[in-house]
Amino acid sequence: MTTASLEDKFTPPVAAIHLPEPQTLQPQRPAQKRRSLRLGKPVRYGWTLGPILLIAAWAVGSATGLIDERSLPAPWTVVATAQDLIAEGRLQENLVVSLRRVAQGFGIGVTVGLIVALISGLSRIGEYLIDGIVQIKRAIPILALIPLLMLYLGIGETMKVTIIALMVFVPVYINVHAYLRGIDSRYIELADSIRLGYVGFIRHIVLPGALPGLMLGLRFGVNFAWLALVVVEQINATSGIGYMINLAGSYGQINIVLVGLVLYAILGFASDAVIRLIQKRALSWQRTFAN
Amino acid sequence: MAADLCELNAFPAVRVRNLVRGFSGRGVLNGLDLDIHKGEFVALLGRSGSGKSTLLRALAEFDHGVAGSGEMAVPDHVAVVFQDARLLPWKRVIDNVTLGLEGPDVTGRALKALEEVELAGRERAWPNQLSGGEQQRVALARSLVRAPDLLLADEPFSALDALTRLRMHDLLRLLCQRHRPAVLLVTHDVEEAIKLADRIVVLESGKLVTDTPIDAATRSGKGRRALRATLLTQMGVYATTEEALAAI
Repeated sequence: MTTASLEDKFTPPVAAIHLPEPQTLQPQRPAQKRRSLRLGKPVRYGWTLGPILLIAAWAVGSATGLIDERSLPAPWTVVATAQDLIAEGRLQENLVVSLRRVAQGFGIGVTVGLIVALISGLSRIGEYLIDGIVQIKRAIPILALIPLLMLYLGIGETMKVTIIALMVFVPVYINVHAYLRGIDSRYIELADSIRLGYVGFIRHIVLPGALPGLMLGLRFGVNFAWLALVVVEQINATSGIGYMINLAGSYGQINIVLVGLVLYAILGFASDAVIRLIQKRALSWQRTFAN
Repeated sequence: MAADLCELNAFPAVRVRNLVRGFSGRGVLNGLDLDIHKGEFVALLGRSGSGKSTLLRALAEFDHGVAGSGEMAVPDHVAVVFQDARLLPWKRVIDNVTLGLEGPDVTGRALKALEEVELAGRERAWPNQLSGGEQQRVALARSLVRAPDLLLADEPFSALDALTRLRMHDLLRLLCQRHRPAVLLVTHDVEEAIKLADRIVVLESGKLVTDTPIDAATRSGKGRRALRATLLTQMGVYATTEEALAAI
């Protein structure tokens, strides 16, 4: 009560005050705008700036003669070489062989990795049986296994696909297993409180919760698949992009080597983009969160 | 009718006798007795570490492997509202409500429950598109749709802002009046307890030290102030402390 009356007494009529004009309320040091700590607005396709500049530098260097044609042929030479290879049919032929190896190895690696991770992730005995073996296998570099696999499987396609599959298996297993085991214990209480039961708990909580892990495993896996492909095609192959590169290298055909490398880049990039698209679809609930 | 009522009172929804629970040798509940009747709203007060959560977890039968003894009878249909909404982020609102639900017309019942918590039309939203208060209302709908005989609420409003909390109080009271489950609301907010409950119990050192009904006389005015002071004292907040705080 008293405050109200005091306020009445000490609040003069509004018209009586001469408020300063808005302009005079501006900060006294207008020139010094504080620098924002944020990175600034992202630009769409901004990431292409670096690669475009690199290619531009390559083109300029080749045109002006700064870059020796023998150590690095000009971009247009590479394009022309690619056209020649396509006309001869060599490029397509090797590409199809390589793609088939990667697809088979990736498919087998993901399937086995997923199944084994489920067995090991959903039961203690499964973990005790499997996880240790996988961790030991992980510690042995895949390149060290090649001689052994060659002895067992020969030097044909089976050996190549097996190596790719082994390489893909690891990240899929590791990530799915980690996410299966990383389920928030609060959800266990929830499942308990609504009497969800074991099957319902696995189906509605554990598996969807581990999906981000599978997606992560797929992204690593697809990278590893290309890596393994390069290895197997350079060691003992009579076809494939890696074989093409290797052969050209031993004849000093640096332009063909470059075509092969560009092809690897395109393939690796495209497959990663496909996985990212799948990830976006499968985890649409996360996308809304990121926005 | 009268006979029915007597019978209801004779068989409470929750009956706990001499409940003992302990962790690594330290007793948390020491011979606790508690009855909650059908349709009764009981608020459980107590300072941190007094065993509130342990009691709630015992009633919800979450405490697998916790050492203890005692007699406990709870209804078959128990629903729990947690401090956090605990929605599955990968399921839409409607699927969170129907999670594990069985019986006829699951979707229809879930939509009705969402309507009751004033979330009609949001059933296709993802949980992380909702505000904290809305998420907690989805959690409430998830509990209500199961038509529980006992609703256990573990400080369900403590993570909400003050305004949202007041609105949630009204909503909870309305829904409990409509559905008449037995309710045990764990809270450390005395105001909340007086506002919502039919009865307040205070837990201290693993036993109930107070068991007081709330009526018109204690819901407002002098009776309310006296009750508030008593309850706060029992929770270790003394009148002097409060006066000192009020003086600031």
